[in-house]
Amino acid sequence: MIEFHSVTKQFPDGTLAVDDFSLVLPSRKTTVFVGSSGCGKTTLLRMINRMIDPSSGSIEIDGIDIASGSAVALRRSIGYVMQNSGLLPHRRVIDNVATVPLLKGVNKADAHAQALELLDTVGLDRALAHRYPSQLSGGQQQRVGVARGLAVNPNILLMDEPFGAVDPIVRDDLQQELLRLQRDLDKTVVFVTHDIDEAFLLGDQVVILEKGAQIAQVGTPKEILANPASDFVATFIGADRGKRRLAVDSTIARSGDDVVLVDGAGYVAGVIDAPGGVLPGAGVGGTTNSRARSVSNKTDQAGDA
Amino acid sequence: MVWLWDNLDLVLGLTADHVRLSIIPIVVGFIVCIPFGWLANRYTAARTVLLTLGGVLFTIPSLALFVMLPAILGTRILDEANVVVALCIYAVAVMVRGAADAFASVSRDVISSSTAVGFSAVSRFWTVEFPLAGPVLLASLRVVSVSTVSLLSVGSLIGVQSLGYLFVNGYQRDFPEEIVIGIGFTVLVAVVFDTVLVLLGRLLMPWTRRAPRRRAVTAIAAEVTA
Repeated sequence: MIEFHSVTKQFPDGTLAVDDFSLVLPSRKTTVFVGSSGCGKTTLLRMINRMIDPSSGSIEIDGIDIASGSAVALRRSIGYVMQNSGLLPHRRVIDNVATVPLLKGVNKADAHAQALELLDTVGLDRALAHRYPSQLSGGQQQRVGVARGLAVNPNILLMDEPFGAVDPIVRDDLQQELLRLQRDLDKTVVFVTHDIDEAFLLGDQVVILEKGAQIAQVGTPKEILANPASDFVATFIGADRGKRRLAVDSTIARSGDDVVLVDGAGYVAGVIDAPGGVLPGAGVGGTTNSRARSVSNKTDQAGDA
Repeated sequence: MVWLWDNLDLVLGLTADHVRLSIIPIVVGFIVCIPFGWLANRYTAARTVLLTLGGVLFTIPSLALFVMLPAILGTRILDEANVVVALCIYAVAVMVRGAADAFASVSRDVISSSTAVGFSAVSRFWTVEFPLAGPVLLASLRVVSVSTVSLLSVGSLIGVQSLGYLFVNGYQRDFPEEIVIGIGFTVLVAVVFDTVLVLLGRLLMPWTRRAPRRRAVTAIAAEVTA
């Protein structure tokens, strides 16, 4: 469990990145900080492993103030994955994965053996172990980054927009992989993104942030989607533009038992099973209570993770 | 050519002196530039001071420096130390800028992620920043190596033994063949030094020679898919 107690961060240039932020991040759940650029979400994340020290307030991990020990030891106990992987370009994949165990003094043979297993865990071919990061694709590098983050078997995994720089297909793949990993490994994951769909997909707890890391709303994806707390949240999740409100498009011919759903702007959002033209959970011809596959299936997966 | 065979011992002896005297400034320049370059990259004020100082030192004419140094160091006029120290000063002057650029060339992302995964400041410097600055450091070092080998010849004007002796002697005797042989051997020393540096670079920085192979592999993959 990670607890923020009235944390404030003002940078030397006067920018108030985080203003009196308090929140509990539950253990073994994924908490996603989501917000626009400059809202302070990355600052929050980097305060957890003391890359940035708060100006005031305190952060506790399992009840212990993180400022009480050494920053280096703290960082070695927390997994960290960043955008563009942050791998060491002069070390082979296997040594990159084994970086932290080697720093902690694990002998090389053991660290390497474990690194190979981690490559399996993140779905990478062991044949890549002796390549340099520049010889891998962006998606593969990101997987190596995740493997490195898991190498010390940390309880906490910090992820700073890790899938921001890869193409949509690879991103989708990596997101599913992370959901699978989270089911298997049960880490406390703190994930930063500016992509609300990614937040809803991955988060058990989603924290929508405004400037100065002010919490606009915190809750499960379902709670936020069903009850946006403010106009800001509604705009941010796209509800105000009708993006989240789906309706049956009667102009498109039905094929089999599927009915096409469109969003408020008229874009096709997905299909839904409607055996005999009856939507599940609704009366005959009812449309407003239907749960569209394209949106809800994402939140369902996040809830199960 | 006959002259070369008749005087082979002299030429080889001078070559050995030339190698011995030019290695010292190259090594010293490399070692000294690392802390200075790091400082210059880290602190803007240090950068201004160090790079300006380096620029000024490099503009002092070499002959003037060779003649001035005995007065400053208290060495004898003909002492080889004068030339070696002068060349060290030039080497450091050039290398500090190169080293500052080298440390600046290391990706901020890599440094910050190294910190984030738990490198201490010292281990991060030696195992991340220093090796990654290597390619740019090597480029500067190659410049310093060539310039040191060529500048050392000037030392012959104040009587320090090097291949420069062949220029001075050849000029005084109006004997061009000796001058040409002097130039040829100086170039040879410079080329050998440069080759050694490049090979050392490949040996110590294996990741830098991997990069082109990936392009080749990608190209083949592109052909296969095409």
